[in-house]
Amino acid sequence: MPKIDYSKIGLKVGLELHQQLDTSRKLYCHCPPIVRDDPPHGVFVRRLRPTQSEMGEVDPAALFEFQKHMLFYYEYYTDTTCLVEADEEPPHDMDPESIDICLTMAKFLDSVPVDEVHPMRKIVIDGSNTSGFQRTAVIALGGHISVNNRNIGIQTICLEEDAARKITEDEKHSSRTYRLDRLGIPLIEIATAPDIRTPKEAQEVALALGLLLRSTGRVKRGLGTIRQDVNVSIRDGAIIEIKGLQQLELLSKVVELEAMRQIQLLRIRDELARRGINESDLRLELIDITDVFIESASKLIRRALRAGHRVLALRLPGFAGLVGREVQPGRRLGTEFSDYAKFWGGVGGIFHTDELPKYGISQDEVERLRKKVGADSQDAVAIVADAETRARNALEAVFNRAIEALHGVPAETRVPLPDGTTKYARPRPGAERMYPETDVRPVKITAERLARIAKNMPETLQAKAKRFVRQYALSEELAAQITKSLNLDLFEKIVESCSVSPTLVAVTLENTLVSLHRDGVPTEQLSEDHLLSLFRYVEQGLVTPAAIPTILSYVAGHPSATIQDALDVTGVGVLDEDSIRAVVRRTVEERRDFVRSQGERAIGGIMGIVMKDLRGKADGKTVRQIVEQEVRRALVD
Amino acid sequence: MTNATLGHREQEVRVLALEQSGYIGAVLERLSAAGVRVGDRIRVVRGSGEFTGILMPRAQIGADPDHVVVKLDSGYNIGIRVDSNTTVKRLKSPKRVKQSREAVLTPKESLPTVAVLSTGGTIASRVDYQTGAVNPALSAQDLYEAVPELQSHANIRARVVMSKFSEDITPADWATIAKRTAREIRNGADGVVIAHGTDTLALTAAALSFSLQNLPVPVVLVGSQRSSDRPSSDAALNLVAAVDVAGRADAAEVLLVMHGETDDTFTLAHRGTRARKCHTSRRDAFQSINASPVFRVESSEITEMSPPLYRRDPTRRLRVKAKFDDHVALIKMYPGLKPDVIEYLISAGYRGIVLEGTGLGHTPQSIHLAVKQAIDAGVVVAMTSQCIWGRVDMNVYRSGVKLLDIGVVPCQDMLPETALVKLMWLLANTKHIEAARRAMAMPLVGEISYRTELVVSGTGGSE
Repeated sequence: MPKIDYSKIGLKVGLELHQQLDTSRKLYCHCPPIVRDDPPHGVFVRRLRPTQSEMGEVDPAALFEFQKHMLFYYEYYTDTTCLVEADEEPPHDMDPESIDICLTMAKFLDSVPVDEVHPMRKIVIDGSNTSGFQRTAVIALGGHISVNNRNIGIQTICLEEDAARKITEDEKHSSRTYRLDRLGIPLIEIATAPDIRTPKEAQEVALALGLLLRSTGRVKRGLGTIRQDVNVSIRDGAIIEIKGLQQLELLSKVVELEAMRQIQLLRIRDELARRGINESDLRLELIDITDVFIESASKLIRRALRAGHRVLALRLPGFAGLVGREVQPGRRLGTEFSDYAKFWGGVGGIFHTDELPKYGISQDEVERLRKKVGADSQDAVAIVADAETRARNALEAVFNRAIEALHGVPAETRVPLPDGTTKYARPRPGAERMYPETDVRPVKITAERLARIAKNMPETLQAKAKRFVRQYALSEELAAQITKSLNLDLFEKIVESCSVSPTLVAVTLENTLVSLHRDGVPTEQLSEDHLLSLFRYVEQGLVTPAAIPTILSYVAGHPSATIQDALDVTGVGVLDEDSIRAVVRRTVEERRDFVRSQGERAIGGIMGIVMKDLRGKADGKTVRQIVEQEVRRALVD
Repeated sequence: MTNATLGHREQEVRVLALEQSGYIGAVLERLSAAGVRVGDRIRVVRGSGEFTGILMPRAQIGADPDHVVVKLDSGYNIGIRVDSNTTVKRLKSPKRVKQSREAVLTPKESLPTVAVLSTGGTIASRVDYQTGAVNPALSAQDLYEAVPELQSHANIRARVVMSKFSEDITPADWATIAKRTAREIRNGADGVVIAHGTDTLALTAAALSFSLQNLPVPVVLVGSQRSSDRPSSDAALNLVAAVDVAGRADAAEVLLVMHGETDDTFTLAHRGTRARKCHTSRRDAFQSINASPVFRVESSEITEMSPPLYRRDPTRRLRVKAKFDDHVALIKMYPGLKPDVIEYLISAGYRGIVLEGTGLGHTPQSIHLAVKQAIDAGVVVAMTSQCIWGRVDMNVYRSGVKLLDIGVVPCQDMLPETALVKLMWLLANTKHIEAARRAMAMPLVGEISYRTELVVSGTGGSE
């Protein structure tokens, strides 16, 4: 596919960035926000049911979940989860620290805080919240972030509770197991306006927001602590919400592939129009074609028939060749039909005539099934082999999706796949799914509070990196690296308390530790105190830069050892001048002929040999001085 | 009569008056001046900010003179401070949607008929997504819509008796509920379910236990600890189980059905005189005290855990004695309690006092004289224990012996709250005080037993 001109197709992208906050308690209870891997202490089971709106309407996705008779198992830890996560106690007051972090971000982004924060309940009945809703509140509205000299609008800054972690899913028994540890961890949600115009820009905006969040120093780090939702639309397309992207580096690809998908779906729409197909041509007539497959060689169908299942077919007039058309790499319109069938029918998938004969289904069977459903060469046929109710639900979903194909792009919530393509998750929820959390009192945002936030604004990482270049003479690259590092605080502590080369400190923390770790040194055993103490030794001239890897390796392997212990054991302690002179003299003596023939030019060579011998035990400047003296002395002799 | 047909019904969107919607002081004046009503679309301009959305009530979240609550188009509510620099403008009123529903529910011959009486509480309510208000579900249709599976458990006759928080229920309300229950039974219901807030649910259950005598069918009280507007509500499981017990259990007494454990697995039917709310918020807050629950209900299977007082017998003739004397007090004993509390009750004309004694049934010696004065003045004084679990025995220590001599009535293993209700009922339904005193110490409807078993299955759990 040729390169897409994004301005021509009217690409609009908005981001919703979710980041876990690093607070001392959860958002609505006093449990520590800790995610754990040890075995949970117990489990209980619940069901959730859809609630209707005042208009008697029930969210279709919610109803569907309920109809699956889902059982939700919740694993808990007695010491880090409580009755609040178990939905057995009303929520406590909102965590003030979390609100403060959001207000700090609001200040960074020129966003206007609301005067009173009102927590809302957003209905979610996939079991990820024991209550059946997620609590969420707007903290600030409006604002902007400037990325590459373009202003990207901020719509809202919200404070939400994170959901429970899904541990396992058992489709056969319609049950899911969640763990309560993550439920209730505060999440900041920053939503941008749909101002982003290219996939690359989406990635850059996400990066800039992420950096700003880290500037607060109060966000969690690591996989799963940041999640991205992306809304993508093109002209004449629809808003597609892609939920839960965890790998930021995939973002521009996801946007690019979604734009491509919408372009392809619009082309399919146009082709259907050209073929003169409209809604009245499509009819939900499901035809039982089981007898076509009585002697089928298809293992899948044979297995279904042995289980007493039926094979049902739906004729798709005018769809021939389009069902098999690719909309994203490796994904066809037929894949989208199949996603609907799986979601609404709970079937394993569908077959369609654009891909047949295949999967053991013969040409003869295809012809007979076409005849049986009255499909001509312009038509496609979708078929499902499963228990009759499931097969019916599945094909009804395919029918609904086919109708949407006539109109272009259906608005959906989709989830990202590892290769950057996406699959159908559920219909897009409406706005009526939100109502007030009446168990929690609203929080007034006072002028005093805002003044305190303004007074204590942290330095942004961008500003910090610039300062490091100016103040510490770090290279721009190293400054950028250290400001994004987990070791940022330690770096600042060391350079503020020891007079050592900041570049040496940064290189040690960012490069030396990483390469030691790569060589199998257990660097995770090193404490802040080890590193602080090490640089005090460097400051006093007791350790040379070259000895640092040796010392760190030793201490990492013996975490209770001190830096002095490491020096004693490894013998890389700095030698006094007499000892150095002795080594140099011996070396010159051994190479007397070489010195004689080369004259003062021998200094370099001797230097090389001596430094090899003294590696880590003496600094180069002192050694050079002594080598010069000794070579000259030898020449005079 | 098993006719559950509902006629044509119209439901209007009710609009709260501004004064009742939690707005006070300056904000109320400003909104009134702008001619704004709850549900109107408004624009609030404040400094550089401009907010457009629907004006929401704030009654449920605390009155406030400074902030208006606006629902933005995104569905979020925010509070905006209203001061002299703020302008509020009304944009338009909401469409008054009139819903009309034609609901014809054909009764199924094979199913029992169960009357569901609503008194308030959160079990049968629906949330108004526009205003955030929670309204009671009013009709069988509402109930079926909230809990569609009810239709396959019973033919429902739904009635609203009152709409009260359970902490506001009075002894006079007990009488009303008893009479309305009796009417349903006389009209042929195979069982009656009473939806009720949980705070005083057990007291209403006790009151009905005493006042509905000779029951032919079960009367089942039910509540919920998580309101029915949330997907995790315990209301549906409790309600379906209550309807099952009312319609099918082979029992004829007053029962109380609630969750048996934190899981959404089974419910327990407790005897109306034996149940107590033992947790402020958990689903399994109710326990049978000093007794076993009567039934355990799991997936509509009713398992008998202990024999009911009476078996179901539609030919039995119900008698109703629905009078209560509310001049009865319940007093907890504590160090430092002054006798003037009791002296006041005597002077105020109280006719009964239930003491919640320490341990086996004791009071500080300092009030012995006041207790004697009360009894001499014709007040019935009864003793229960604040231990909750166990039986009073006033023969073991001197304090108890002395109180017995004064004339305090020991209530065996009866719950203090049940004793309170019983004494209110006895004083209104016996001619002589002596009869009330005698009856107080005797089991009438399972509220007292003379044996306490070593293992009491209060929760029905595995402990």
